[in-house]
Amino acid sequence: MMTPAAIAIGCSAGGVDALQVLLGGLAPGLRQAVLVCCHSRSETTEIFRRVLERVSALPIAEAVERDVAHPGVVHVAPSGYHLLVESDLHFALSADPRVNYARPSIDVLFNSAAEAWGDRLIGVVLTGANADGAAGLRRIRQFGGTAVVQSPADAEAAAMPQAALDVAGADYCVPLLDIAPLLNRLCLP
Amino acid sequence: MDAPELEGIEVDVFVQALQKRHGYDFSQYAPASLKRRVRQLASQFQCKTISHLTERMLHEPELLPRVLEGLTVPASDMFRDPAVFRTLRENILPLLASYPHINIWQAGCAHGQEVYSLAILLEEAGLYERTQIFATDLSDRALQHASEGIYPVKDAQQWSRNYQASGGGQSLADYCSAGYNLIKLNQRLRRNVTFAMHNLATDGVFCEAHLILCRNVLIYFSNSLQDRALSLFRDSLVRSGFLCLGLRENLELASTARDFAPFIEPMRIYRVASHVETLSA
Repeated sequence: MMTPAAIAIGCSAGGVDALQVLLGGLAPGLRQAVLVCCHSRSETTEIFRRVLERVSALPIAEAVERDVAHPGVVHVAPSGYHLLVESDLHFALSADPRVNYARPSIDVLFNSAAEAWGDRLIGVVLTGANADGAAGLRRIRQFGGTAVVQSPADAEAAAMPQAALDVAGADYCVPLLDIAPLLNRLCLP
Repeated sequence: MDAPELEGIEVDVFVQALQKRHGYDFSQYAPASLKRRVRQLASQFQCKTISHLTERMLHEPELLPRVLEGLTVPASDMFRDPAVFRTLRENILPLLASYPHINIWQAGCAHGQEVYSLAILLEEAGLYERTQIFATDLSDRALQHASEGIYPVKDAQQWSRNYQASGGGQSLADYCSAGYNLIKLNQRLRRNVTFAMHNLATDGVFCEAHLILCRNVLIYFSNSLQDRALSLFRDSLVRSGFLCLGLRENLELASTARDFAPFIEPMRIYRVASHVETLSA
Protein backbone atom coordinates (compact mmCIF):
# COMPACT_ATOMS: atom_id res chain seq x y z
CA MET A 1 0.00 0.00 0.00
CA MET A 2 1.09 3.57 -0.75
CA THR A 3 1.64 5.76 2.28
CA PRO A 4 -1.80 7.19 3.10
CA ALA A 5 -2.32 10.87 2.31
CA ALA A 6 -5.48 11.41 4.32
CA ILE A 7 -7.67 10.01 7.09
CA ALA A 8 -11.43 10.62 7.00
CA ILE A 9 -13.29 10.01 10.27
CA GLY A 10 -17.06 9.77 10.73
CA CYS A 11 -19.04 9.58 13.97
CA SER A 12 -22.34 10.51 15.53
CA ALA A 13 -23.80 9.74 18.97
CA GLY A 14 -20.92 9.49 21.44
CA GLY A 15 -18.59 10.90 18.80
CA VAL A 16 -17.18 13.82 20.71
CA ASP A 17 -15.83 11.57 23.48
CA ALA A 18 -14.54 9.02 21.00
CA LEU A 19 -12.80 11.68 18.93
CA GLN A 20 -11.00 12.97 22.00
CA VAL A 21 -9.58 9.52 22.61
CA LEU A 22 -8.66 9.01 18.97
CA LEU A 23 -7.17 12.43 18.22
CA GLY A 24 -5.42 12.46 21.60
CA GLY A 25 -3.51 9.37 20.51
CA LEU A 26 -2.37 10.53 17.08
CA ALA A 27 1.35 11.16 16.73
CA PRO A 28 2.36 14.83 16.54
CA GLY A 29 4.47 14.13 13.46
CA LEU A 30 1.60 12.83 11.35
CA ARG A 31 1.66 14.36 7.84
CA GLN A 32 -1.74 13.16 6.72
CA ALA A 33 -4.70 15.52 6.31
CA VAL A 34 -7.34 14.45 8.83
CA LEU A 35 -11.02 15.12 8.00
CA VAL A 36 -13.71 14.82 10.65
CA CYS A 37 -17.44 14.60 10.06
CA CYS A 38 -19.40 14.45 13.32
CA HIS A 39 -23.18 14.81 13.41
CA SER A 40 -24.20 17.53 15.80
CA ARG A 41 -27.17 19.73 16.48
CA SER A 42 -25.15 22.81 17.26
CA GLU A 43 -24.97 25.65 14.79
CA THR A 44 -21.23 26.17 14.92
CA THR A 45 -18.26 23.91 15.43
CA GLU A 46 -16.54 26.32 17.80
CA ILE A 47 -17.07 24.48 21.09
CA PHE A 48 -16.45 21.16 19.42
CA ARG A 49 -13.13 22.41 18.05
CA ARG A 50 -12.09 23.78 21.44
CA VAL A 51 -12.77 20.45 23.09
CA LEU A 52 -10.66 18.65 20.50
CA GLU A 53 -7.88 21.23 20.64
CA ARG A 54 -7.26 20.40 24.29
CA VAL A 55 -6.30 16.82 23.49
CA SER A 56 -4.94 16.89 19.96
CA ALA A 57 -1.28 17.33 19.08
CA LEU A 58 -2.37 18.27 15.56
CA PRO A 59 -4.01 21.66 14.96
CA ILE A 60 -7.82 21.65 14.63
CA ALA A 61 -9.52 23.88 12.06
CA GLU A 62 -12.93 24.10 10.46
CA ALA A 63 -12.70 23.06 6.80
CA VAL A 64 -12.86 26.19 4.64
CA GLU A 65 -14.44 26.01 1.20
CA ARG A 66 -11.96 26.37 -1.70
CA ASP A 67 -9.08 25.82 0.75
CA VAL A 68 -6.78 22.85 0.40
CA ALA A 69 -6.72 19.89 2.78
CA HIS A 70 -3.53 20.61 4.69
CA PRO A 71 -1.24 17.78 5.77
CA GLY A 72 -0.98 17.40 9.53
CA VAL A 73 -4.16 19.39 10.20
CA VAL A 74 -7.48 18.10 11.52
CA HIS A 75 -10.24 19.65 9.39
CA VAL A 76 -13.71 19.60 10.92
CA ALA A 77 -16.78 19.72 8.65
CA PRO A 78 -18.80 22.91 9.32
CA SER A 79 -22.29 22.53 10.79
CA GLY A 80 -25.16 22.67 8.34
CA TYR A 81 -23.15 21.90 5.20
CA HIS A 82 -21.95 18.78 3.49
CA LEU A 83 -18.18 18.72 3.14
CA LEU A 84 -16.74 17.39 -0.12
CA VAL A 85 -13.22 17.01 -1.45
CA GLU A 86 -12.52 17.95 -5.07
CA SER A 87 -10.11 15.85 -7.13
CA ASP A 88 -7.52 18.65 -6.77
CA LEU A 89 -7.84 18.13 -2.97
CA HIS A 90 -9.61 21.43 -2.32
CA PHE A 91 -12.65 21.51 -0.08
CA ALA A 92 -16.15 22.26 -1.35
CA LEU A 93 -19.31 22.80 0.68
CA SER A 94 -22.86 21.95 -0.27
CA ALA A 95 -26.23 23.01 1.11
CA ASP A 96 -27.99 20.08 -0.56
CA PRO A 97 -30.62 18.19 1.44
CA ARG A 98 -29.66 16.02 4.39
CA VAL A 99 -28.37 12.54 3.65
CA ASN A 100 -29.25 9.86 6.22
CA TYR A 101 -30.92 12.68 8.19
CA ALA A 102 -27.56 14.38 8.48
CA ARG A 103 -25.77 17.41 7.14
CA PRO A 104 -22.82 17.13 7.17
CA SER A 105 -23.20 13.53 6.07
CA ILE A 106 -20.37 11.06 6.45
CA ASP A 107 -21.34 9.30 3.21
CA VAL A 108 -21.03 12.53 1.23
CA LEU A 109 -17.58 13.20 2.67
CA PHE A 110 -16.37 9.61 2.26
CA ASN A 111 -17.65 9.29 -1.33
CA SER A 112 -15.84 12.39 -2.56
CA ALA A 113 -12.71 11.70 -0.49
CA ALA A 114 -12.56 8.16 -1.91
CA GLU A 115 -12.48 9.55 -5.43
CA ALA A 116 -9.98 12.26 -4.54
CA TRP A 117 -7.45 10.08 -2.71
CA GLY A 118 -8.18 6.58 -3.99
CA ASP A 119 -5.93 4.01 -2.29
CA ARG A 120 -4.20 6.71 -0.27
CA LEU A 121 -7.19 7.22 2.01
CA ILE A 122 -8.05 5.64 5.36
CA GLY A 123 -11.72 5.79 6.33
CA VAL A 124 -12.65 5.45 10.00
CA VAL A 125 -16.16 4.83 11.34
CA LEU A 126 -16.69 5.34 15.07
CA THR A 127 -19.66 5.22 17.42
CA GLY A 128 -23.05 6.42 16.17
CA ALA A 129 -26.73 5.65 16.18
CA ASN A 130 -27.54 5.52 12.46
CA ALA A 131 -26.14 4.02 9.28
CA ASP A 132 -24.45 7.09 7.81
CA GLY A 133 -20.92 6.30 6.66
CA ALA A 134 -21.54 2.67 5.72
CA ALA A 135 -22.03 3.28 1.99
CA GLY A 136 -19.18 5.78 1.98
CA LEU A 137 -16.84 3.32 3.65
CA ARG A 138 -17.72 0.73 1.01
CA ARG A 139 -16.82 3.29 -1.64
CA ILE A 140 -13.49 3.98 0.06
CA ARG A 141 -12.70 0.26 -0.11
CA GLN A 142 -13.81 0.05 -3.75
CA PHE A 143 -11.25 2.72 -4.54
CA GLY A 144 -8.51 0.79 -2.78
CA GLY A 145 -8.58 2.73 0.47
CA THR A 146 -8.33 1.22 3.94
CA ALA A 147 -11.35 0.78 6.22
CA VAL A 148 -11.09 1.02 10.00
CA VAL A 149 -14.19 0.41 12.13
CA GLN A 150 -14.55 0.70 15.89
CA SER A 151 -15.67 -2.65 17.35
CA PRO A 152 -19.43 -2.27 17.82
CA ALA A 153 -19.25 -3.91 21.25
CA ASP A 154 -16.80 -1.22 22.30
CA ALA A 155 -18.81 1.71 20.89
CA GLU A 156 -21.13 3.92 22.92
CA ALA A 157 -23.66 3.50 20.08
CA ALA A 158 -23.13 0.32 18.09
CA ALA A 159 -25.44 0.95 15.12
CA MET A 160 -23.08 2.98 12.99
CA PRO A 161 -20.00 0.76 13.21
CA GLN A 162 -22.23 -2.31 12.85
CA ALA A 163 -23.82 -0.90 9.68
CA ALA A 164 -20.35 -0.12 8.33
CA LEU A 165 -19.24 -3.71 8.96
CA ASP A 166 -22.41 -5.09 7.36
CA VAL A 167 -22.24 -2.91 4.26
CA ALA A 168 -18.54 -2.32 3.73
CA GLY A 169 -16.65 -4.79 5.87
CA ALA A 170 -13.37 -3.56 7.31
CA ASP A 171 -9.64 -4.05 7.04
CA TYR A 172 -9.38 -3.43 10.77
CA CYS A 173 -12.13 -3.72 13.38
CA VAL A 174 -10.65 -2.72 16.72
CA PRO A 175 -11.59 -1.08 20.03
CA LEU A 176 -11.38 2.70 20.21
CA LEU A 177 -8.18 2.71 22.26
CA ASP A 178 -6.35 0.78 19.55
CA ILE A 179 -7.38 3.02 16.63
CA ALA A 180 -4.87 5.86 17.11
CA PRO A 181 -1.89 3.49 17.48
CA LEU A 182 -3.09 1.64 14.38
CA LEU A 183 -3.37 4.89 12.38
CA ASN A 184 0.09 5.97 13.57
CA ARG A 185 1.51 2.64 12.40
CA LEU A 186 -0.22 2.85 9.01
CA CYS A 187 0.75 6.47 8.44
CA LEU A 188 4.21 7.03 9.83
CA PRO A 189 7.09 5.98 7.56
CA MET B 1 -9.64 2.80 -17.17
CA ASP B 2 -10.94 2.99 -13.61
CA ALA B 3 -14.51 3.75 -12.64
CA PRO B 4 -14.12 7.36 -11.42
CA GLU B 5 -12.22 8.31 -14.56
CA LEU B 6 -14.97 6.81 -16.70
CA GLU B 7 -17.65 8.57 -14.71
CA GLY B 8 -15.69 11.82 -15.03
CA ILE B 9 -15.88 11.47 -18.82
CA GLU B 10 -19.60 10.77 -18.64
CA VAL B 11 -20.19 13.91 -16.56
CA ASP B 12 -18.12 15.99 -19.02
CA VAL B 13 -20.14 14.64 -21.93
CA PHE B 14 -23.40 15.31 -20.08
CA VAL B 15 -22.38 18.92 -19.38
CA GLN B 16 -21.33 19.47 -23.01
CA ALA B 17 -24.51 17.90 -24.32
CA LEU B 18 -26.66 20.02 -22.00
CA GLN B 19 -24.98 23.13 -23.28
CA LYS B 20 -25.14 22.22 -26.97
CA ARG B 21 -28.69 20.93 -26.78
CA HIS B 22 -30.29 23.47 -24.46
CA GLY B 23 -27.75 26.29 -24.03
CA TYR B 24 -27.22 25.90 -20.27
CA ASP B 25 -23.58 26.11 -19.27
CA PHE B 26 -22.57 24.12 -16.18
CA SER B 27 -18.92 23.77 -17.18
CA GLN B 28 -17.85 26.19 -14.46
CA TYR B 29 -19.65 24.49 -11.59
CA ALA B 30 -17.49 22.93 -8.87
CA PRO B 31 -17.11 19.29 -9.94
CA ALA B 32 -17.72 17.31 -6.73
CA SER B 33 -21.23 18.63 -6.06
CA LEU B 34 -22.12 18.74 -9.74
CA LYS B 35 -21.17 15.09 -10.12
CA ARG B 36 -23.27 14.20 -7.08
CA ARG B 37 -26.28 16.00 -8.48
CA VAL B 38 -25.87 14.46 -11.93
CA ARG B 39 -25.66 11.04 -10.29
CA GLN B 40 -28.83 11.76 -8.31
CA LEU B 41 -30.62 12.84 -11.48
CA ALA B 42 -29.59 9.62 -13.18
CA SER B 43 -31.06 7.64 -10.33
CA GLN B 44 -34.20 9.83 -10.17
CA PHE B 45 -34.82 9.12 -13.87
CA GLN B 46 -33.95 5.45 -13.36
CA CYS B 47 -30.94 5.66 -15.66
CA LYS B 48 -28.26 3.01 -15.05
CA THR B 49 -25.48 5.30 -16.20
CA ILE B 50 -24.91 9.01 -16.66
CA SER B 51 -24.56 8.31 -20.39
CA HIS B 52 -28.11 7.02 -20.36
CA LEU B 53 -29.22 10.21 -18.62
CA THR B 54 -27.41 12.20 -21.34
CA GLU B 55 -29.25 10.28 -24.03
CA ARG B 56 -32.64 10.93 -22.44
CA MET B 57 -31.83 14.60 -21.85
CA LEU B 58 -30.92 14.93 -25.54
CA HIS B 59 -33.99 13.18 -26.92
CA GLU B 60 -36.67 14.07 -24.37
CA PRO B 61 -36.69 17.87 -24.16
CA GLU B 62 -39.61 17.75 -21.72
CA LEU B 63 -37.15 16.50 -19.07
CA LEU B 64 -35.16 19.76 -19.16
CA PRO B 65 -37.04 21.63 -16.39
CA ARG B 66 -36.53 18.75 -13.96
CA VAL B 67 -32.89 18.40 -15.00
CA LEU B 68 -32.23 22.09 -14.33
CA GLU B 69 -34.01 21.95 -10.99
CA GLY B 70 -32.04 18.86 -9.97
CA LEU B 71 -28.74 20.47 -10.94
CA THR B 72 -29.28 23.73 -9.10
CA VAL B 73 -31.72 23.75 -6.20
CA PRO B 74 -30.21 23.36 -2.72
CA ALA B 75 -32.23 22.84 0.45
CA SER B 76 -33.18 25.98 2.32
CA ASP B 77 -35.27 27.16 5.23
CA MET B 78 -37.14 30.30 6.13
CA PHE B 79 -34.90 32.54 8.22
CA ARG B 80 -32.04 30.06 7.86
CA ASP B 81 -29.20 31.37 10.07
CA PRO B 82 -31.49 33.61 12.13
CA ALA B 83 -28.56 35.79 13.24
CA VAL B 84 -28.13 36.91 9.64
CA PHE B 85 -31.78 37.93 9.38
CA ARG B 86 -31.56 39.67 12.73
CA THR B 87 -28.58 41.64 11.39
CA LEU B 88 -30.47 42.54 8.22
CA ARG B 89 -33.40 43.64 10.37
CA GLU B 90 -31.39 45.66 12.87
CA ASN B 91 -28.40 46.93 10.92
CA ILE B 92 -29.09 46.92 7.20
CA LEU B 93 -32.77 47.80 6.73
CA PRO B 94 -32.43 51.01 8.78
CA LEU B 95 -29.72 52.10 6.35
CA LEU B 96 -31.81 51.19 3.33
CA ALA B 97 -34.69 53.18 4.82
CA SER B 98 -33.02 56.41 3.67
CA TYR B 99 -33.72 55.56 0.03
CA PRO B 100 -37.07 56.64 -1.44
CA HIS B 101 -37.23 53.39 -3.38
CA ILE B 102 -35.42 50.16 -2.52
CA ASN B 103 -34.44 47.41 -4.94
CA ILE B 104 -33.39 44.03 -3.56
CA TRP B 105 -32.07 41.21 -5.72
CA GLN B 106 -32.33 37.70 -4.37
CA ALA B 107 -29.98 35.83 -6.73
CA GLY B 108 -30.60 32.09 -6.92
CA CYS B 109 -33.88 32.15 -5.00
CA ALA B 110 -34.47 28.37 -5.34
CA HIS B 111 -37.82 27.50 -3.77
CA GLY B 112 -38.25 30.97 -2.33
CA GLN B 113 -37.96 30.45 1.43
CA GLU B 114 -35.63 33.45 1.75
CA VAL B 115 -37.78 35.62 -0.51
CA TYR B 116 -40.68 35.32 1.90
CA SER B 117 -38.38 35.75 4.90
CA LEU B 118 -37.14 38.98 3.37
CA ALA B 119 -40.64 40.19 2.55
CA ILE B 120 -41.65 39.62 6.19
CA LEU B 121 -38.62 41.60 7.43
CA LEU B 122 -39.55 44.46 5.12
CA GLU B 123 -43.22 44.41 6.18
CA GLU B 124 -42.23 44.55 9.83
CA ALA B 125 -39.79 47.39 9.16
CA GLY B 126 -42.53 49.34 7.36
CA LEU B 127 -40.44 49.42 4.17
CA TYR B 128 -42.18 46.92 1.97
CA GLU B 129 -44.45 49.40 0.17
CA ARG B 130 -41.45 51.11 -1.38
CA THR B 131 -39.41 47.99 -2.03
CA GLN B 132 -39.12 45.89 -5.15
CA ILE B 133 -37.68 42.38 -4.76
CA PHE B 134 -36.25 40.68 -7.83
CA ALA B 135 -36.12 36.95 -7.13
CA THR B 136 -34.18 35.14 -9.84
CA ASP B 137 -33.19 31.60 -10.60
CA LEU B 138 -32.20 29.69 -13.70
CA SER B 139 -34.72 26.95 -12.95
CA ASP B 140 -38.23 27.52 -14.18
CA ARG B 141 -39.60 24.91 -11.82
CA ALA B 142 -37.87 26.51 -8.84
CA LEU B 143 -39.40 29.88 -9.74
CA GLN B 144 -42.82 28.28 -10.07
CA HIS B 145 -42.42 26.66 -6.66
CA ALA B 146 -41.16 29.93 -5.17
CA SER B 147 -44.07 31.96 -6.49
CA GLU B 148 -46.55 29.46 -5.06
CA GLY B 149 -44.97 29.66 -1.61
CA ILE B 150 -46.17 26.22 -0.50
CA TYR B 151 -44.01 24.15 1.82
CA PRO B 152 -44.31 21.00 3.95
CA VAL B 153 -45.86 21.77 7.34
CA LYS B 154 -43.17 19.63 9.03
CA ASP B 155 -40.69 22.44 8.39
CA ALA B 156 -42.90 25.10 9.94
CA GLN B 157 -41.95 24.52 13.56
CA GLN B 158 -38.25 25.05 12.93
CA TRP B 159 -38.97 28.02 10.69
CA SER B 160 -41.12 29.53 13.39
CA ARG B 161 -38.26 29.22 15.88
CA ASN B 162 -35.91 30.75 13.30
CA TYR B 163 -38.32 33.65 12.81
CA GLN B 164 -38.44 34.33 16.56
CA ALA B 165 -34.65 34.10 16.79
CA SER B 166 -34.35 36.62 13.96
CA GLY B 167 -36.17 39.14 16.15
CA GLY B 168 -39.64 38.60 14.73
CA GLY B 169 -42.23 40.23 16.96
CA GLN B 170 -45.25 38.26 15.81
CA SER B 171 -45.79 34.64 14.95
CA LEU B 172 -44.84 33.06 11.65
CA ALA B 173 -48.35 31.59 11.60
CA ASP B 174 -49.65 35.12 11.06
CA TYR B 175 -48.06 35.01 7.61
CA CYS B 176 -49.30 31.66 6.38
CA SER B 177 -52.23 29.29 6.30
CA ALA B 178 -51.97 25.57 6.98
CA GLY B 179 -53.80 22.52 5.70
CA TYR B 180 -53.18 19.09 4.12
CA ASN B 181 -49.72 18.86 5.70
CA LEU B 182 -48.71 22.01 3.87
CA ILE B 183 -48.32 25.64 4.68
CA LYS B 184 -48.93 28.40 2.18
CA LEU B 185 -47.33 31.78 2.62
CA ASN B 186 -49.73 34.70 2.48
CA GLN B 187 -49.72 35.77 -1.16
CA ARG B 188 -49.81 39.42 -0.14
CA LEU B 189 -46.16 38.92 0.74
CA ARG B 190 -45.30 38.62 -2.94
CA ARG B 191 -47.09 41.74 -4.11
CA ASN B 192 -43.75 43.50 -4.69
CA VAL B 193 -41.78 40.43 -5.80
CA THR B 194 -40.87 39.86 -9.43
CA PHE B 195 -39.84 36.28 -10.14
CA ALA B 196 -37.61 36.02 -13.21
CA MET B 197 -35.22 33.66 -14.95
CA HIS B 198 -31.60 34.68 -14.65
CA ASN B 199 -28.45 32.61 -15.00
CA LEU B 200 -25.43 33.83 -13.06
CA ALA B 201 -23.17 31.88 -15.41
CA THR B 202 -24.28 33.61 -18.59
CA ASP B 203 -26.64 36.56 -18.02
CA GLY B 204 -25.77 40.16 -17.27
CA VAL B 205 -26.83 43.12 -15.14
CA PHE B 206 -30.59 43.73 -15.18
CA CYS B 207 -31.30 45.96 -12.21
CA GLU B 208 -29.83 48.55 -9.92
CA ALA B 209 -29.90 47.02 -6.47
CA HIS B 210 -29.40 48.41 -2.98
CA LEU B 211 -29.03 44.95 -1.47
CA ILE B 212 -28.19 41.61 -3.07
CA LEU B 213 -28.76 38.35 -1.22
CA CYS B 214 -27.01 35.34 -2.65
CA ARG B 215 -26.55 32.79 0.08
CA ASN B 216 -25.13 29.32 -0.53
CA VAL B 217 -25.20 29.69 -4.31
CA LEU B 218 -21.58 30.57 -5.07
CA ILE B 219 -20.39 27.54 -3.07
CA TYR B 220 -21.41 25.45 -6.09
CA PHE B 221 -19.28 27.53 -8.48
CA SER B 222 -15.65 27.18 -9.57
CA ASN B 223 -13.34 30.05 -8.60
CA SER B 224 -13.72 31.69 -12.00
CA LEU B 225 -17.53 31.50 -12.00
CA GLN B 226 -17.59 32.79 -8.43
CA ASP B 227 -15.54 35.72 -9.67
CA ARG B 228 -17.92 36.32 -12.57
CA ALA B 229 -20.95 36.37 -10.27
CA LEU B 230 -19.23 38.76 -7.88
CA SER B 231 -18.43 41.13 -10.78
CA LEU B 232 -22.05 40.99 -11.78
CA PHE B 233 -23.11 41.85 -8.21
CA ARG B 234 -20.62 44.71 -8.05
CA ASP B 235 -21.91 46.12 -11.34
CA SER B 236 -25.53 45.78 -10.21
CA LEU B 237 -25.17 47.50 -6.85
CA VAL B 238 -25.61 51.20 -6.23
CA ARG B 239 -22.76 53.04 -4.53
CA SER B 240 -22.31 51.58 -1.03
CA GLY B 241 -24.84 48.85 -1.84
CA PHE B 242 -24.86 45.69 0.27
CA LEU B 243 -24.07 42.11 -0.58
CA CYS B 244 -25.06 39.26 1.74
CA LEU B 245 -23.48 35.83 1.16
CA GLY B 246 -23.73 32.46 2.93
CA LEU B 247 -22.02 32.09 6.30
CA ARG B 248 -19.31 29.73 5.10
CA GLU B 249 -18.40 31.33 1.80
CA ASN B 250 -14.78 32.11 1.08
CA LEU B 251 -13.92 35.08 -1.15
CA GLU B 252 -10.17 34.85 -0.80
CA LEU B 253 -9.57 33.39 -4.23
CA ALA B 254 -11.78 35.83 -6.15
CA SER B 255 -10.03 38.90 -7.57
CA THR B 256 -13.34 40.82 -7.49
CA ALA B 257 -13.41 40.41 -3.71
CA ARG B 258 -11.30 43.55 -3.36
CA ASP B 259 -14.23 45.53 -4.75
CA PHE B 260 -16.20 44.61 -1.63
CA ALA B 261 -15.41 45.82 1.87
CA PRO B 262 -16.52 43.70 4.83
CA PHE B 263 -19.38 45.49 6.58
CA ILE B 264 -20.46 42.87 9.09
CA GLU B 265 -17.94 40.16 8.33
CA PRO B 266 -19.22 37.37 10.63
CA MET B 267 -22.59 37.59 8.87
CA ARG B 268 -20.85 37.77 5.48
CA ILE B 269 -22.36 41.15 4.71
CA TYR B 270 -20.23 43.32 2.42
CA ARG B 271 -20.51 46.75 0.93
CA VAL B 272 -19.24 47.89 -2.46
CA ALA B 273 -15.82 49.41 -1.75
CA SER B 274 -15.51 53.17 -2.08
CA HIS B 275 -13.02 53.01 -4.97
CA VAL B 276 -15.53 51.23 -7.20
CA GLU B 277 -17.55 53.17 -9.76
CA THR B 278 -21.11 51.95 -9.59
CA LEU B 279 -24.33 52.57 -11.45
CA SER B 280 -25.50 55.53 -9.41
CA ALA B 281 -25.61 57.05 -5.99
